[in-house]
Amino acid sequence: MADRPDADREAGANKPALRLHVPEPKSRPGDTVDFSHVPVSQPGKQPRPDEACDARETEGLCHDLIRVLGDDDRAHGPWDPKLDPDTLRTMLGHFALVRAFDERMFRGQRQGKTSFYMKCTGEEATSVSAAMALASDDMVFPSYRQQGVLIARGYDLVEMINQIYSNKGDKLKGRQLPIMYSSREHSFFSISGNLATQTPQAVGWAMASAIKGDSRIAATWVGEGSTAEGDFHSACTFATVYNAPVILNVINNQWAISSFSGFAGSERTTFAARALGYGLAGLRVDGNDALAVYAAQRWAANRARANAGPTLIEYFTYRAEGHSTSDDPTGYRSAQEREEWPLGDPVMRLKNHLIALGEWDEDRQTEMDREAAERVKAATKEAEKNGILGHGMHQPFRTMFEDVFEELPWNLKEQAEQATRERLIKFNGGRPK
Amino acid sequence: MSTAEMSTGVTEPKGANNDTVRRLNMIEAINDALDIMLERDPDVIVLGEDVGYFGGVFRCTAGLQEKHGKTRVFDTPISECGIIGVAVGMGAYGLRPVPEIQFADYIYPGLDQLVSEAARLRYRSATEYIAPMTVRTPFGGGIFGGQTHSQSPEALFTHVSGLKTVIPSTPYDAKGLLISCIEDNDPVIFFEPKRIYNGPFSGYYDKPAEPWKRHPQSEVPEGYYRIPLGKARTVTEGEALTVLAYGTMVHVAESVCREKGVDAEILDLRTLAPLDIEAIEASVKKTGRCLIVHEATRTSGFGAELSALVTERCFYHLEAPVERVTGFDTPYPHSLEWAYFPGPIRIGEAIDQLLSE
Repeated sequence: MADRPDADREAGANKPALRLHVPEPKSRPGDTVDFSHVPVSQPGKQPRPDEACDARETEGLCHDLIRVLGDDDRAHGPWDPKLDPDTLRTMLGHFALVRAFDERMFRGQRQGKTSFYMKCTGEEATSVSAAMALASDDMVFPSYRQQGVLIARGYDLVEMINQIYSNKGDKLKGRQLPIMYSSREHSFFSISGNLATQTPQAVGWAMASAIKGDSRIAATWVGEGSTAEGDFHSACTFATVYNAPVILNVINNQWAISSFSGFAGSERTTFAARALGYGLAGLRVDGNDALAVYAAQRWAANRARANAGPTLIEYFTYRAEGHSTSDDPTGYRSAQEREEWPLGDPVMRLKNHLIALGEWDEDRQTEMDREAAERVKAATKEAEKNGILGHGMHQPFRTMFEDVFEELPWNLKEQAEQATRERLIKFNGGRPK
Repeated sequence: MSTAEMSTGVTEPKGANNDTVRRLNMIEAINDALDIMLERDPDVIVLGEDVGYFGGVFRCTAGLQEKHGKTRVFDTPISECGIIGVAVGMGAYGLRPVPEIQFADYIYPGLDQLVSEAARLRYRSATEYIAPMTVRTPFGGGIFGGQTHSQSPEALFTHVSGLKTVIPSTPYDAKGLLISCIEDNDPVIFFEPKRIYNGPFSGYYDKPAEPWKRHPQSEVPEGYYRIPLGKARTVTEGEALTVLAYGTMVHVAESVCREKGVDAEILDLRTLAPLDIEAIEASVKKTGRCLIVHEATRTSGFGAELSALVTERCFYHLEAPVERVTGFDTPYPHSLEWAYFPGPIRIGEAIDQLLSE
């Protein structure tokens, strides 16, 4: 009974008062930036276990940071994927295109050509380099910030812009918010606005591939903020229970809109370390190091393809821009963060690596950037022939009722007829006969 | 039809191509449908909590894993969001998953995957991806299941565009409808009224339970047959009033009408979405009176939709206001189950009211 408070005292009065911990980022607008907590490991020093290893052997890598590119712009250590210069230039070309695309689409939103856009600035490697490490028919279940996967898989820019403009060329018939792409032809799953729902779906797809004795694997992307969703827990559990051939990519860009990663649980552990509790292999990777991203994704892909199990990869990066065109990050974080991010910029780092190899130079980079901008501009003009949002060149309104079900039920038929009458009233100036 | 007639000889199976008929209860009929579809289509996969080795807590999947193998019929972690989420992914791959949720009361953790994903996938991807899945789940009360083993959440699903909702009331329908659901390319919620798994229910909980084998609708043809979705079944033809019901309440309503000697036309809706509006309209226009019966709570229940449709479409044929007999607007109680359940007294009162106007 010694732990009980005295009968004549208030309950708990003999104990220290409990305090709720509410995480707070290191810096807010106007503050000096402190990135001392950001791990900057020495490139090349992280071991590369066998791809078929027991998941427990990855424990050290879950708390470290796999890096390949050093300050000397050279590749180091066992994770160097030893890509040939042509492949590196292709990767750099995709980076240039993604960046040019983001710039122009952001501007298009500001010009009122569409309602919404989301950039991936600073995170290009986590989609482009990862996608290049997969087979083109491996199925990807992206979140909304993996436009780099579509670019790396050669998706038509005009199709992308048609979707963003919701115009009459939009393959998704103007039903979806801009950037919620879908391309079955590119093994790119339909993007949903509901966060993390794609993660158990990716696991299910991978289970299906295993059930059918296929050789294709699945990969999914989710932000660190969305790992707090219950779906992510389900995905990890199902992945490990069925040894599903799947890669769970967590893009830790430090921010979920205005909430820093502490609100997803980063203060006391890493996102990669969650893998260990599930029995998944875990890797924590410098997400701005294109070579490290490629190598980690390839390691996980080989592991999955060999039936050796699923992998959770945390790509440690920084969301350099606002969350979306509807967001102003100066309201919650220091503008200096982007400048002082210790892991640099993925595009610059890959460019400098190619220059250090003697395979690239500033003039060619300038030319590449110019060509990318031209390509996006040409695609934009082409797409604008199909209309921009709100200028009337959208899909026929009856398509609104299609594809809810395979066949139109009676109630949707009636509602489609109602919509037809409304159009006649609106455009023919009177009730239809 | 009297109880005596129901217990006599084998009648002709309806709508089947197969000559051999067995008398099955609803559990056996569901098991048979799953077995046939696993056999016919290598893309059909059965998954859920305890459905594999053990054969399901209600025995609906008994023997299926042994016969079809562990990669076709398997147990899952206890995660409804995971079960439905992986089923969506399997559907995207090209499989035809049949996930089970052990009780409809536990479907809510999977609701986001059903509402935001399965139901919207065809629409949002403009048919690039579909979710051809059938979520089987036992529902309804009358078994002393208390708050979390008795609920009837069908209205949460009929409100979602892109989902189909199907509820059988007999072994014959359970098999034929489930086969149709599994073959359907849209996501379907298949609610199994667990009160009538083993036999129809008169509504008199204090009388001995009837087994299915005494009921003509327990004659289930062997082999493959389908009952189309979106088509109601006329349980009894009549002139005095139309009763709209589904699941357990079909039997309760039938027993009350028989007892009262009311010349009722009872429609078993079978599919709530898409609804057989033609059958409803034709019947109410003939009888001029409409009673809607469901176990689910009253406010914003599916009965409200039915009542609105009947009023909109049959207004000038109605001779009395549309009546709704439902569960009360409370959580499902344990000890007071039979005060809550819309049984013979509540239905009888509504019928008297309808016929007196």
